[in-house]
Amino acid sequence: MLKINDMTMKFGGVVAVNKFSANIENGQIVGLIGPNGAGKTTVFNVVTGVYKPTEGNVEFNPNETGYVISGLRPDKIAKLGVCRTFQNIRLFKELSVLDNVFIGSHLRLKSNLLSSIFKLPSYNNEERQMYEKARYLLEKVGLYEERNEKAFSLPYGKQRRLEIARALATDPKLLLLDEPAAGMNPQETQDLMGFIGNIKEEFDLTIFLIEHHMEVVMGICERIFVLDHGIMIAEGNPQEIQSDERVIEAYLGVE
Amino acid sequence: MKKKSLYLQIGIIVVALIALFFMNIYMDNYKIKILNLSAIYVVLALGMNLINGFTGLFSLGHAGFMAVGAYTVALLTMPLETKTMNFYMKPMVPFLLNLNMPFIFALLAGGIMAAIFGFLIGAPVLKLTDDYLAIATLGFSEIIRIIIINIQSVTNGSLGLKGIPQLTTGNMSEKLSWLIKIPIRTNLLWAWGIAILTMVFMKVLMNGSYGKAFKAIREDEIAARSMGINLFKHKVMSFTIGSFLAGIGGGLLAVHLGTIDPALFKFALTFNILLIVVLGGMGNINGTAISAVIITVAMEVLRFLDEPLKLGFTTTRALPGLRMVVFSLALMIIVIFKREGFVKSTLEKVRGKYAKN
Repeated sequence: MLKINDMTMKFGGVVAVNKFSANIENGQIVGLIGPNGAGKTTVFNVVTGVYKPTEGNVEFNPNETGYVISGLRPDKIAKLGVCRTFQNIRLFKELSVLDNVFIGSHLRLKSNLLSSIFKLPSYNNEERQMYEKARYLLEKVGLYEERNEKAFSLPYGKQRRLEIARALATDPKLLLLDEPAAGMNPQETQDLMGFIGNIKEEFDLTIFLIEHHMEVVMGICERIFVLDHGIMIAEGNPQEIQSDERVIEAYLGVE
Repeated sequence: MKKKSLYLQIGIIVVALIALFFMNIYMDNYKIKILNLSAIYVVLALGMNLINGFTGLFSLGHAGFMAVGAYTVALLTMPLETKTMNFYMKPMVPFLLNLNMPFIFALLAGGIMAAIFGFLIGAPVLKLTDDYLAIATLGFSEIIRIIIINIQSVTNGSLGLKGIPQLTTGNMSEKLSWLIKIPIRTNLLWAWGIAILTMVFMKVLMNGSYGKAFKAIREDEIAARSMGINLFKHKVMSFTIGSFLAGIGGGLLAVHLGTIDPALFKFALTFNILLIVVLGGMGNINGTAISAVIITVAMEVLRFLDEPLKLGFTTTRALPGLRMVVFSLALMIIVIFKREGFVKSTLEKVRGKYAKN
């Protein structure tokens, strides 16, 4: 599904990510962990096209044919089926909850500007389907009751779920979640784990997530990559990672 | 529920049109002129609000696009005799001399010309953001003005154009003479009809998928492009439509004034419109329309400030420009205390009260 080949990202003299390689299989939930400043979000930013990697590339192959996506514009990458959420939530704050999700499916709109202005039947049809999809997704994430509220007025946990709903509206094949459980209490975290499993099954997704809550990562990820100072220090299933000395060293330090 | 509000809106429009018809008969000339100008400012301010308020692009090039629309409409509607009379310094290019069309087509042409200019300027300039965009659009607006001054055989240069045909009630008066006596003067229905049409257009556009994408860009560019919205394409779209409306407004202004010259389309004109947009609320259609009327009327009402003021026992010297000082102060106060726009917040308060009862 996603193949990152020897990707290096430098900002001036700082090497944020150094020769990172990863291969994510279809239908997996894969975790990316590491201490603060390890370069996790940079990996996401390269995959979604915010940055162009200094070296190496990123391949995306939803089916048999694969293509290099590193260097493409973010909106092109989103159209190919890679969508993300943000570590510091980035909703369209002043717009309603329903509109936030509705805008998520704008990239699949086929009608042009003129047919939207003249309200041609083809456009109206598409718009109705987009609203139906948005309502369905809001029901799915449990925000249907709040659909007419403005996005910024939602409590934190609901804003996170709204961001996921908006990302799902783009019909992604690969979903990148940047710290989905940040700021959530244990109960909410439990719910979130069930929720991620659910949407993965229902929308046939591959999920790549960054997370600091170890119970989330260990609970739902099939494979985990560990980054420290931009270098991948370990890769494996949860058991392997938990017993890996270098991981423990990176997180706790050594005597 | 949705149907009901649609009927309500159609009802309001019909009532407004009937009211305009009777205003045309019973109001005096001065008030008609002001009302007509208000409608033109509604169109202009909505165009600017689309770019600045809805899409969040800080553009200050409105006057330039208005000039394009105004000159196009003027040149396409002026009859041959008026043209030859105007171009006494340098003869007009023969191709334009005989070109003439009915007002409505000329107006559309004016809008389209402005849209083409908007597209051509927008394509390079919209790579910029914020203040840089403001400076660049401002510059291009001035460039358009300078070009108009210098292509004398097309635009008559700084001499301007005089005798642009007016839209009067003449035709209507003739047709309805058996029913009612209509004095022949500026026909309010034209400008207001187009203003109402523009409002409907904006509502449809902003409630549609593209309009919502524009708003998403305003809210958060990074999130918008990650959701697959092509920022550049949508910005150019919004800028082009906004320029189109500026061209339409400019064309109406040309016909309203009857005389245009390049000095009219200076930077100050853009600021007048910006004032309306800010007062009405960035990204608010009804608020913009109301504030356009308020500002235009207030500009006239406050004219006494430019004349010698009688302050009880003494009379001050005439201070031309004091009116604009008052307006600038008003703008500053609004921006400091009511950033989301004075009319918008008042509208929301009224609506809140109405919803509670």
